[in-house]
Amino acid sequence: MTETLKPDNAAQLREAILWAVDSATPLELMGAGSKRRLGKPVQAEMRLSTAGLDGILFYEPEELVLSARAGTSLAVIEQALAEKRQMLAFEPPDYGALLGAAPGQASLGGVIAANLSGSRRFRAGAARDHLLGFQAVNGRGELIKSGGRVMKNVSGYDLCKLMAGSYGTLAALSELTVKVLPVPEVTAALVIDDISPDDAVRAMNLAAGSAADIGGACWLPEAVAERAALGRPAGEGGPALVIRLEGFAPSVASRLQSLAALLGAAGPARTLKDEAARALWAEINHVTLLSAGPGRVLWCLSLPPASGAEVAGALAALPDHELMLDQAGGLIWLSLPEGGNDQAETVRAALAPCGGHAALIAAPASLRSTVPVFHPQPQPLRALSRRVKESFDPHRILNPGRMYGGV
Amino acid sequence: MPAPHQDVLARRAEIVRQLSRIVPAGVIDSEAGMRPYESDGLTAYRQLPLVVVLPETRDQVQRILAYCHQEKIRVVPRGAGTSLSGGALPLEDGVLLSMAKFNRVLEIDYDNRCAVVQPGVTNLAISHAVDAEGFYYAPDPSSQIACTIGGNVAENAGGVHCLKYGLTTNNLLGLEVVLITGEVIRLGGKHLDSEGYDLLGLMTGSEGLLGVVTEICVRILRKPETARAVLLGFQTSRAGGETVAAIIADGIIPGGMEMMDRPAIRAAEDFVHADYPLDVEALLIVELDGPAAEVDYLLEKVEHIARDHGADYVRVSRSEDERQLFWAGRKAAFPAVGRISPDYYCMDGTIPRRRLPDVLAGMQEMSEHYQLGLANVFHAGDGNLHPLILYDTNKPGDLDKAEAFGADILKLCVEVGGVLTGEHGVGVEKRDLMPEMFNETDLAQQGAVKCAFDPDNLLNPGKMLPELARCGELRGMHVRGGKLPFPDIPRF
Repeated sequence: MTETLKPDNAAQLREAILWAVDSATPLELMGAGSKRRLGKPVQAEMRLSTAGLDGILFYEPEELVLSARAGTSLAVIEQALAEKRQMLAFEPPDYGALLGAAPGQASLGGVIAANLSGSRRFRAGAARDHLLGFQAVNGRGELIKSGGRVMKNVSGYDLCKLMAGSYGTLAALSELTVKVLPVPEVTAALVIDDISPDDAVRAMNLAAGSAADIGGACWLPEAVAERAALGRPAGEGGPALVIRLEGFAPSVASRLQSLAALLGAAGPARTLKDEAARALWAEINHVTLLSAGPGRVLWCLSLPPASGAEVAGALAALPDHELMLDQAGGLIWLSLPEGGNDQAETVRAALAPCGGHAALIAAPASLRSTVPVFHPQPQPLRALSRRVKESFDPHRILNPGRMYGGV
Repeated sequence: MPAPHQDVLARRAEIVRQLSRIVPAGVIDSEAGMRPYESDGLTAYRQLPLVVVLPETRDQVQRILAYCHQEKIRVVPRGAGTSLSGGALPLEDGVLLSMAKFNRVLEIDYDNRCAVVQPGVTNLAISHAVDAEGFYYAPDPSSQIACTIGGNVAENAGGVHCLKYGLTTNNLLGLEVVLITGEVIRLGGKHLDSEGYDLLGLMTGSEGLLGVVTEICVRILRKPETARAVLLGFQTSRAGGETVAAIIADGIIPGGMEMMDRPAIRAAEDFVHADYPLDVEALLIVELDGPAAEVDYLLEKVEHIARDHGADYVRVSRSEDERQLFWAGRKAAFPAVGRISPDYYCMDGTIPRRRLPDVLAGMQEMSEHYQLGLANVFHAGDGNLHPLILYDTNKPGDLDKAEAFGADILKLCVEVGGVLTGEHGVGVEKRDLMPEMFNETDLAQQGAVKCAFDPDNLLNPGKMLPELARCGELRGMHVRGGKLPFPDIPRF
């Protein structure tokens, strides 16, 4: 069995990486390990876990800032924030169930390293937009830092952006400082039943471009809508459009009214309030509504939101598919029976007319080692990405090949 | 600045000839013609470039960079030249690459809520282009009438609405970039997030050191239904700062939250006549935006919080004109200070907000030590401080004193947990202060990133990063025999 090193502090993390450099031992980096099955399988002789780097370093609610060691449990952080009615506004989703791990295991470092963001992403930004500063050990075994603890900072290259979404291929994160925001006082969801994808995408565009300041918009086809906590009255059915509004009570009440009027043509609307709206959004955010597990794979496509219906239409030709549109049409979750490179090419070809990228989020290791998990990059971008990798990890010991060959 | 390459200076005529072949009507090599390019918004530094070239197409940019790469000629990219940190300061042996002719809005896509523009389009022109449909581009640096979006990308420009709406980096979707080799890469598009490393995020704020941006896709937002502002006056800056903290702790994220100290209030009032109170030590402008129901509700809350924290002056804007007037004073604060002092030097540190009273007190001591006046404007919501140091270039020694004063302020910002620059960039101005914030290893990593893009250090050298190690030296590693040197690390 592969051995796992679990350092207790940044100095030990550094020691471990220095040893790996000296002995040319590639390392599989992980936090709590809840996303080990995301990305290409890493061929490494040793695992290095940052789970031992644990604990909140400081949390200053009135400054909207929290700093923690990379291995700190996300649940612990969210609990501390909730006590002050604050949150991580990028709404980190929990893919535990999707990836065959227990839910609730994620660490802050893992969420940032995978740049995982939820339904609010198009309005509130991604994980990458909320990382203010970090400390990490690069592939030369050097302790480096970038950014800071303040909202506005242009001192040097913004290496925070590079860390977010680099899947541990550049450096092993040891400390992170993130921006936090107030929890909305009220959450509501406007539901329009029995609506076609074309009408839904038009409605989502209209809503997202309106002053209603929506905090989520999702279209669920009939089969998926039937599983969702839509609180449907008897007789309602068909696909559903749900739009989330968040904020202070008088504001949400006023925006619900103006949004319903704006979307009048799209069909009669009902409203879900607070707990009901939050429960529905948890299902959407953690992607628990689509068929997953043995025999199925899950793709995630990022695309221009107005093209949502068109791309969903193209994907509908795939046999036994299930999908849903999130982020006002800019994100499609697609569940398919296990397939190989042909399937990957078909999925990615659907994006060719509008642009975007597709990632294979959940699939067995055998597939992830043969199919490009992340969207292939053209030259000279591919070569540049490799040079960026080398600038942090010249000996390629950190999660080699997790994203791309050579990266 | 890096010592000029004598061989490049010697080849000037040939370089001008080659550039004229690429851009027949876009090369300036006369001293008089190049004079307007000798400095940017940081006018204390001046240098004539080797030659100025103004390409009009991406193809020309590619050929210029490929030529300079091949001939090892340095290149300084430039937008409108409004940088306050010397980011566009020319080099004696460097080609000044002006992107001014890239001034077209290429596409407005309301369905996808974005606009595709060339880098020479001004920040405000983007908002103007989408205004009729009720949209705008959120980041609003004070220079927005003149500064270009390409420059905004290079500097990751901010403005007064950053806490709620983010900086440039949070409002970009895509970039087309020409690398120093002349190769083109496209990052992002009209969709969100990237398939690999977030090079879009890395490019933003890279101060022209990594590549030349030739096309930009920005997010546009629907204008809020209503905006109203309230002026709050306090007898101490501490009370003002505590009010800001209490507003945020109450779950309110205002569209804008600005603070001025007594000298800044006085200067702005004398200039703009915004009817600011003159008997307060700190003046806060808080702007709430959104649906009318929300704005009214929050204004009331903010008023209560402010009174609880000692505000003795409260005035809510009753009309759009009055709201604009509240802002007019703040937005004219720099020129207003320019009227009370022959020269001023604008600083740009960011601090954790709660340290404001300590930093203000520290700056007051420095002001007495250097015998130079000071006025302060402060993006209170995000902690970005703009102290304006008052001096007189014509007084011998004054500029040196102002620069030393400025450096002391920035060191203090870093000491209290803040940073050297919030939105103006490092440029030439703060390059040598980078070691205050970063150690050698941190800076070497930044240098290594530069090497991944520009190993010959041809793009905007001498800005942002102190002296770079040679790119080839970065792999170096001390080998220690491959023994496990960590008996203490838990293993499983």
